[in-house]
Amino acid sequence: MKQMNWKELPHAGSILKAGNANEYKTGSWRTFKPKWVEENCIQCLFCWIYCPDSAVMVKDEKMTGFDYDHCKGCGVCAMECPGKKGNKAIVMEEEGK
Amino acid sequence: MAITTTKTVAVTGNQAVAEAFRQLNPDVMPAYPITPSTGIMESFTKFVSDGKVDTETILVESEHSAMSACIGAAAAGGRVATATSSQGMALMWEMLHIASGYRLPILMALVNRALSAPLNIHGDHSDGMGMRDCSWIQLFCENAQEAYDNTIMAYRIAEHKDVRLPIAVNMDGFIISHSIESMQYITDEDVKKFVGEYLAIDPLLDIENPKSIGALVLPDYYMEHKRAQHQAMLNVKKVVQDVSAEFAKMTGRKYELFETYRLEDAEVAIVALNSAAGTIKDEIDRYREKGVKAGLLKPRMFRPFPHEEVGGALKNAKAICVMDRADSYGSYGPLFMEIASALAPFRGPVLFNKIYGLGGRDLMPLDVDQVIDETAEVAKTGKVKMLKEYITVRS
Repeated sequence: MKQMNWKELPHAGSILKAGNANEYKTGSWRTFKPKWVEENCIQCLFCWIYCPDSAVMVKDEKMTGFDYDHCKGCGVCAMECPGKKGNKAIVMEEEGK
Repeated sequence: MAITTTKTVAVTGNQAVAEAFRQLNPDVMPAYPITPSTGIMESFTKFVSDGKVDTETILVESEHSAMSACIGAAAAGGRVATATSSQGMALMWEMLHIASGYRLPILMALVNRALSAPLNIHGDHSDGMGMRDCSWIQLFCENAQEAYDNTIMAYRIAEHKDVRLPIAVNMDGFIISHSIESMQYITDEDVKKFVGEYLAIDPLLDIENPKSIGALVLPDYYMEHKRAQHQAMLNVKKVVQDVSAEFAKMTGRKYELFETYRLEDAEVAIVALNSAAGTIKDEIDRYREKGVKAGLLKPRMFRPFPHEEVGGALKNAKAICVMDRADSYGSYGPLFMEIASALAPFRGPVLFNKIYGLGGRDLMPLDVDQVIDETAEVAKTGKVKMLKEYITVRS
């Protein structure tokens, strides 16, 4: 994205377009990456509730995976995941492995 | 009472500014009382209670909240004013940067008072100088008439599309705020016509166009924001000149970026802000009669500071004493630093600095005489004894 110079900035640097946070990709901030283990998932959607970045993708009330463009890898989802019979449905893996 | 004819009145500086506020009729006025500015809010809230203005006053729990409420109301799209002094301004300080960074044309009447400690309620410029670097436009006023006139002109300057910065109008606590002077009011109709309707830029209450202000800006954009702000400050000078010229047409009262008094051929020059200028002018007259070529430069616009013009006006003097009613401890007085910068391109005058009148200590005619005598001596010898020294102090 081309960066604006000081003459191109909107007055007072206000953000005049609503809902544009989606355009700001934060996925590169990640050190650890959540991995979804589908067979252990009970579809409780705790991960979706707790995710601070709305990076848990849900379709028809079912968890379908992660939006890695925005997930910062905080690990809250993996921490909250109850899993099935003691086996987590979300595990954190080191990025780039 | 509505003012329908131009008339001469006897009022205090605070009453004059409150009257200007009534005529400006701001949308919102958040304030917290502090001596010596309390009189402004006291008179103004009476106007509110009597239905003379449409203003909503917000009585807050501190000055930090007062400035925060000013920012919220101005961002919403309102014309906003407040009044404060000293520690009150100090408590507003972090929010002053937000007001200017958001480019909100808020008007503040700053009744200059010394900062604690020691606790003191009287007039000096340490509060005004404390907000020097906050990106607010700062106008300084010698008397009630100037405080009133500059307050009437303030929105026109601050709200100009090339500027959009907050503005503070300074007058000396007690010496001006509480002394009764004769001065002239402009009619309500003329003020209304002069000030005009307020056109907010990107107001938050325009709910059809949702927007965010005050977002986090990282190193990749921060400097661009600040460069744009610097440009707005650069644009102030011309706007002040244009608005003042229009004001002169309406009232006959002419205001420049600074006032010069018998300075044109002066060899001995004094530079001072605000009320002290009155006393200094009297003494300059006396010295002129004795054959001493003395003169005064009194800055009106302190931020942005018109270095080029001030330098040009002072460059032919032989010696200049800059009198500061505030100190930058461990350095020179704040006004001295500006004058030294203004004269940097010129090799003419010898320059020195006196600190006077802190905490409301009187500056008597005899004190001014001492300064003129010493400056005349420096003009003759070219030698300065002390670059910076306190006067009006027991030694």
